Formats: sequence, structure tokens, C-alpha cells
Amino acid sequence: MSTATVDTSHGHAHDAHGHHDEGFIKKYLWSTDHKIIGFQYMFTGMFMALIGGFTVYAFRMQLAFPGMSVPGFGRVTAHDYNSLVTTHGSVMIFWVAMPVLIAALGNYLIPLMIGCDDMVFPRLNRLSYQIFLVSALVLIASFFVDGGAFGGAWTSYPPLSAKAEYNLTPKGAPLWLIAVALEFVAFLLGGINFVTTVMNSRAPGMKMFDVPIVVWMIIIASILFMASVGPLVAGAVMLLFDQLVGTGFFDPAKGGDPVLWQHLFWFFGHPEVYVVLLPAMGVVAEIITVFSRKKLFAYKTVLYTAIGTGVLSFFVWAHHQFVAGIDPRMANIFSVTTLLISIPVAEMVFVYIATLYGGSIRLTTPMLWALAFLGEFLLGGVTGIFLGASGSDIYFHDTYFVIAHFHYTFFPIAFIGSFAAITYWFPKMFGRMMNETFGKVHFWGTIIAFNFIFIPLFFLGARGDHRRIYDYTNFPDLMKPGMQDLRVLATVALLVLLAFQVVFLANLFYSIFKGPKAEQNPWKANTLEWVAASPPPHGNFPELPTVYRGPYEYSHPDAAEDYWPQNQPPAGAAS
Amino acid sequence: MSAETSTAQTAPAPAGHDDGHHTNYVKIWGILVVLLVISVAGPFLGHPVVTLITAFGIATVKAFMVAKYFMHINLERKWIAYLMVTMLLLMVLFVGGVAPDVLKHEGLRWENVAAKESVIKGNAAGEAAEHGGGEHGAAPAGEHH
Amino acid sequence: MPTGRLAVWWVIASEIVIFGGVLGSYLMHRLGHPDWAYQSVHTNTWAGAFNTLVLLTSSLFAVLAHQEAAKGNGPKAARNLMLTVLGGLIFLVVKSFEWTHEIQHGYTLTSNTFWSFYYTAAGLHGFHVLAGMVIMLVVAADARKNRELQRVENIGIYWHFVDLVWIFLFPLLYIAK
Repeated sequence: MSTATVDTSHGHAHDAHGHHDEGFIKKYLWSTDHKIIGFQYMFTGMFMALIGGFTVYAFRMQLAFPGMSVPGFGRVTAHDYNSLVTTHGSVMIFWVAMPVLIAALGNYLIPLMIGCDDMVFPRLNRLSYQIFLVSALVLIASFFVDGGAFGGAWTSYPPLSAKAEYNLTPKGAPLWLIAVALEFVAFLLGGINFVTTVMNSRAPGMKMFDVPIVVWMIIIASILFMASVGPLVAGAVMLLFDQLVGTGFFDPAKGGDPVLWQHLFWFFGHPEVYVVLLPAMGVVAEIITVFSRKKLFAYKTVLYTAIGTGVLSFFVWAHHQFVAGIDPRMANIFSVTTLLISIPVAEMVFVYIATLYGGSIRLTTPMLWALAFLGEFLLGGVTGIFLGASGSDIYFHDTYFVIAHFHYTFFPIAFIGSFAAITYWFPKMFGRMMNETFGKVHFWGTIIAFNFIFIPLFFLGARGDHRRIYDYTNFPDLMKPGMQDLRVLATVALLVLLAFQVVFLANLFYSIFKGPKAEQNPWKANTLEWVAASPPPHGNFPELPTVYRGPYEYSHPDAAEDYWPQNQPPAGAAS
Repeated sequence: MSAETSTAQTAPAPAGHDDGHHTNYVKIWGILVVLLVISVAGPFLGHPVVTLITAFGIATVKAFMVAKYFMHINLERKWIAYLMVTMLLLMVLFVGGVAPDVLKHEGLRWENVAAKESVIKGNAAGEAAEHGGGEHGAAPAGEHH
Repeated sequence: MPTGRLAVWWVIASEIVIFGGVLGSYLMHRLGHPDWAYQSVHTNTWAGAFNTLVLLTSSLFAVLAHQEAAKGNGPKAARNLMLTVLGGLIFLVVKSFEWTHEIQHGYTLTSNTFWSFYYTAAGLHGFHVLAGMVIMLVVAADARKNRELQRVENIGIYWHFVDLVWIFLFPLLYIAK
């Protein structure tokens, strides 16, 4: 990292276009302001989450009550079922977790937390969102073409994904692929913007180890994304040719190899897990320190373990392919690396627990979400051990155990992490406070329902419940006593979980317009975004802050209060 | 882009590292062209190892020269070069992890029958096309079936 | 480091893995399929070699443009950039004749996976050439008026990278027979 440099021209550069009488379109749809672009990503992500939620509602109803006419959807055919599960997987990962955790938080927080007025390439930033929006629209359009949305699973393995006679979605498949490729381009542009901004525009005095952990995490995640997505971009072009022109890149009869796609996909797909995990971990670090009023335990350890996780994440991809016909000797190697990667992640969790130890903990809504993240993600990590070891994975592969494990990692990341972030930064984003009571109702409803969805699925998976079945009544082995009851339990819990999201949405939109006004620093936090007004105006800071210390100096003996903002000059220094 | 470019406009010599090096770019270009000639000439010696060196060895040398003298990567901060090398190493890692499954057609208790068949078929079609005579007869594999 | 140049380096870093994905996949298939030698003999080495020369020369003009921009001589930098664009244009014209000839002889995208890789890899590269040319025209238009001269170097670095990719594509697709 280069040393901090701030262009003095920033100050008047934004004055020149700091007039606030633009029309609605210019202000909210065509803006280059990083905060507005962050909101665009956030609300698009929320909208896509509704689609993801609706699809899971439809196919879980089919699994619990086979053949029923699902209210709001109708009868789920086998063909619909394929499209629904594919859409659920791809939407939740590519159009919910990625835009909310990386793009929305990155855009909103990075310039505020490093103390500058905007991203270094604001127009590139706007272009990035626009490409992302087009990708979402292409995906939504694919629901309405002949044959419906793509039905070849979110991993899109050929030959299922390559040949229309197998996936039966001749138009949905290429549209899905184009949407995903566009989405990658959008995040590549965004990632380059994040990295250059943090390297070149930090506030004066902000050194490498004064950067808040969440910013570090987003940067590491962006770099991981840039380094891992390339082969899949190439693979997407190849698969598109296989679908549209009839090439044989993934067709062994023509000299290609279907396993190559799996490698291309997972070489990206596994680092991708950490691309979304790290920002969520960063959010948790911010919240835990603020609400235990204690310095983050071992800042550098968190940073180094995050980098270590990132590096290791490139060495584990083939653990998704233990039963795909890869060489058993390679499976040995990938088992070992997979088990190794749990070490740095566990270390981060330990650091957070050590931060909590002896702190004066305040159980606000964001803090509850942050603590729940640690607990639930821990379960996800521990169950991953069984899948990382190739021996037990051969039994568990393609069962609901995998589904449950995956959701115990991704639900905490994508939803618990996002709820933590939104409830924590809400006062800054909209200048108003959210309702704590409704926040807690939403929290408990979501967390309890979430566990009631996936704990039954662990048991089902351990009993051999296969994941790619549309109607279990055709499989007597999977209809043993109690198994269908567990499926119904999971589905009912899902309905409860979805119902509680109404509480969140109501609280969110009510508070945006009618919540009590927030102060500039309601949580008494140290980081620079709390120096700006709530909500920050275009240009963020009245004058750009100077940084004197690290971001986590809580309850420091030299400070007058139990927090010590990064920009507050030391007592002895003349200001 | 507004902020940083607005200052650059006023600065007379914005391009970063014009710190008094006077590389003769035409000379570098000449060396690159000579290297290109060697890499084209290599296969005429008819020795596979020589071809390998003149093709890929020289390509590496050319790449190094372009990166150094044209892209000035040596004048950048060191981590830029490390970053590029890291990206290349990631690709080595990728090929290393995938080659046992994709490059090879058999391994410990597994065999890729389809791939082996496609090689045999391709060889047969290729030989048939060669004996069929001439450039024009050499239709691609598949059309003979 | 100036922000623009820093961003270009990050672009190149992410491009390395994109081309790495295609070329790595091609390499593994090529080594696993000795029968592809019967296909690769039909690529036109001379066209490939000429195009390498064209791209190397265009890179020379790109770096000369940077030299002029560093001296603050915008119009001269712009002229050199236009010569670079001309190089890109010649490259694409040669490529289109080459492909037309090959397609007429029945070597199409779908005739064999060797040719699928051939067209995909070279096509992806050609797309980058085209994109570079468009950006360079914009940069040249500014440079002529002595504006945004730092961009001359930035687009040059990108152009050299595109050249670099071709330096590896040439032996992979044309020389290895």
C-alpha cells in the first residue's frame, strides 16, 4: 500500500457539482455519488431477495406437500421445480449476497470510512451499477421466455447446462449465462474502483493499520474476486458457444471435457465463498467492538488471518468434486487443504470472542445479529468438516446434509451479516433510527425459524435424503417414517421465516420516513463515517478529516470518554 | 475521475516515470523482430525440442522485454510485478490442479473412455485426410463419418 | 502512483486470469489430444507471424506516444497513437482474411475442438484489440488538444498487455504443429 495521499483539489472539486437541486432521476438513478450507488445496489439486492424468497417458498411447498397447488404459484411441475431451484441458488448468491455485501457496503462505506469525498472513478462506479442492473433485468427476462428460466442448477454443469435437450430451457440457459457474465463484469469494475480508492484516497494520517477491518475485508474480497473469476469468464464464453453454436468444449465425444467446467466453476466458486464471508466478518468486527466498548482484540491477527484465508481459498476448490470423477490422489490433497482452511476462519471467531470478553456488552439489534452470525456460522463451519474430508463426503454428497451445511454458512453471511450491517449503519444512511422493538422481534423470529428449517435438513441428509428429487412419494426408501414430517417442519419454519421479513421491511420503510431523527454519532463509534452528518451530504465531510489513531480505541485511559474518534487530535497537540 | 484528472491537466509532464531514462525504443523493437524471426524459423530445423525452445522460450523472452521496456513494470512499485507474477502462478496452480483430470485420460482406478475414443477417431480422420491428398482434401474430422 | 495507472494495472491483473483460463484449458486439451496436430497444421503461420510483427510495431508506436506525452507534446503523442490504432486495424484486417480463408476450407468454430479453441482464444483477443482501439481514439482526441496526457501512458500499458497475450497465442496456435 502506498502511503496516504489526499488530493487537495478534492475539497473544491465536489463544490463545483455540489448543487442539490437536481431532479429525481439525476439524483437517484443517474447519480455518481457513491452513497446513492450503494443504495441502488442495496435496494436492487433486496428486490432480488424477494424473488429468491418466492422461489424457495414455491419449491419447498412442493417438497412438503407434493402435488399441491401452491398459493400464488400454482402446481409446481418437475420442469418448474428445476427452474425454481436454479433461480433460487443463482439469485441468492449472485444478485443478493454479492451486491448487498460487497457492492452496497463497499460503495457506501469505503469513502466514508477512509475519509474522502467519493470513489476515485465515480462514473465507472455508476457504469458498474448499470451493468449490474442490466444483468438483473436479463435474468428476470429469462423467467418469461419459452421454456422458462434456466433449469440446470446454479452450478450449471455440462452436459445438463450445455444441451437444451437435457435442461429443456433452450432460451433460459444462454440468458442465464449472459446475465451471470454481465454481473461479473460489473463487479470487476466495482472491485477495481474499491481497491484503487482505498490505496490512493485515504485521509491524511490513515496508515495501513488504521483502516477499519470492514474496509480491509471488502478490499481483500475484491482482490479475491478479481483473481478467481477470470477462468470462469473464459468458461462462460466457452459454455455459451457450446449452447448456441454447438462447439464441444465440454463434450467428450468432440474432444472436450465436462470436468473442465467443474474446475473452472469451482476455481471461482470456492474463493467466492470467502468473497462474501470476509465482508460479513468485517461488519461483525465493527459491531462487536462498538457494542462491547472494547478495543478489537488482535487487529493484525484478524487482518493476517483474512489474507491467509484468501490465499488458502485458492487451494481447496476441488472438494466440490470428490464424486465427480476426479483422481482420488487429488482428492487427498484437496481434503487436507480444505481442513486447513478452517483454522484461520476459526481464529477470526476466537478473536471476536476475545473482544467480547470483559467488555461492557450492549445487546442492541445490530449486536444481536453480529453475535448470531458467530454462533450460526460456527455451526456451518463445523459441519463442513464432514464434507471436506473426502471419505465422509462420498456418503454425504448430494444429500440434504450439504444443503443444510451450505445454508448454515450462507444464511449467516448473506442475511444475518446484511441485517447486522443495515441495522448498524441505518442511522448514518437515512439520518433516522430504526425501531429497536421491531428489530428484536424480527431478529428472534428469523433466527429461531432459520434453525428450525435447517436442523431437520441435517437429520434428513444423514438419513440419506437425496437433494435432487422433486417428488419424494416416488421413492419409498426416502419416505420412511418421520422423514416427510421433517420436510414439513422445515417448510413450515420457512413460512415463519418469510413472514418475519415483513416485520423487517415494515420497520425499514417506516423508519426511513418516520423514524426518530438520528444524531451524528448515535452508537458513539470511532470510525470516520460517524464524523459526517447523518445522512452525509454529497461530498460527505464539511472538511476532510485527519486521522490520528486506529479505529478501535474504545475505553482508552487517555481519552475523555469511552470512545476516541479517529479524527480527534490528541489532547496535547495544537489543533 | 473529476478530482485527480483535473490536477493532471494543469501539470505539464503528467506521465509518471520519465525519470531521465532514454531507452532506445526502436532498438528494443528491432530485437523483438529478430526474436520473432527466430521463433518462426525454429520449426524448420525439424527438431521438436528446438521448436519448443524457439517457440515458448523466445515468447517468454519477448514477453519479458515488452513488460520491462514498453510497460516499464520495473519502474513501478515492486508489488505490481509481484501481483502480475501471482496471477500467473494462480494460473499455474489452476493447470496443476486440473491437468490430472483433464490432460490425462486415465489415472488411479479411472479411465476417460470418451476422451480416448475421440483421440483415436481424430487420428484416424487426420490420417485419412492426409492420404486423401492435398490441402483441399483435408476436411476436418467428422466430415468423413 | 497515479490513480489511473494503478487501475490499469489492476485491470491487467484480472485480464491475466481471464486469458489464463482459456489458454490453460487449451494447453491441457492440446497435450491430451495428439490428434489435434492434424488440425493445427492448417493454421497459417505466415499470417500469424505478420500479425505478430504488426502488433509489436504498434506497441512501439504506443510507447513512443507515451514518450511524447511525457514531454508534454500532445499532438505528437496523438499522431503516434493513431499509428497504433492503424496497427490494430491492420491486425484485424489480416485476421478477417485469414479466418475467411479457413472457414471456406471447412475449418469452422464447430468442426473440431481445436478450431473451437482457435477461434475463441483469438476472438477474445481480437475483442480486446478492438476495445483498445476505440479507447485509444478517445484518448488521442484529447491528447491532440494537450488534455488528459496521463491517459496516453495508461492506454499504452493496456495495449502492451494485449500485445503480450498475442506473443503467447502465436506459438500456441500457429507454431506448435
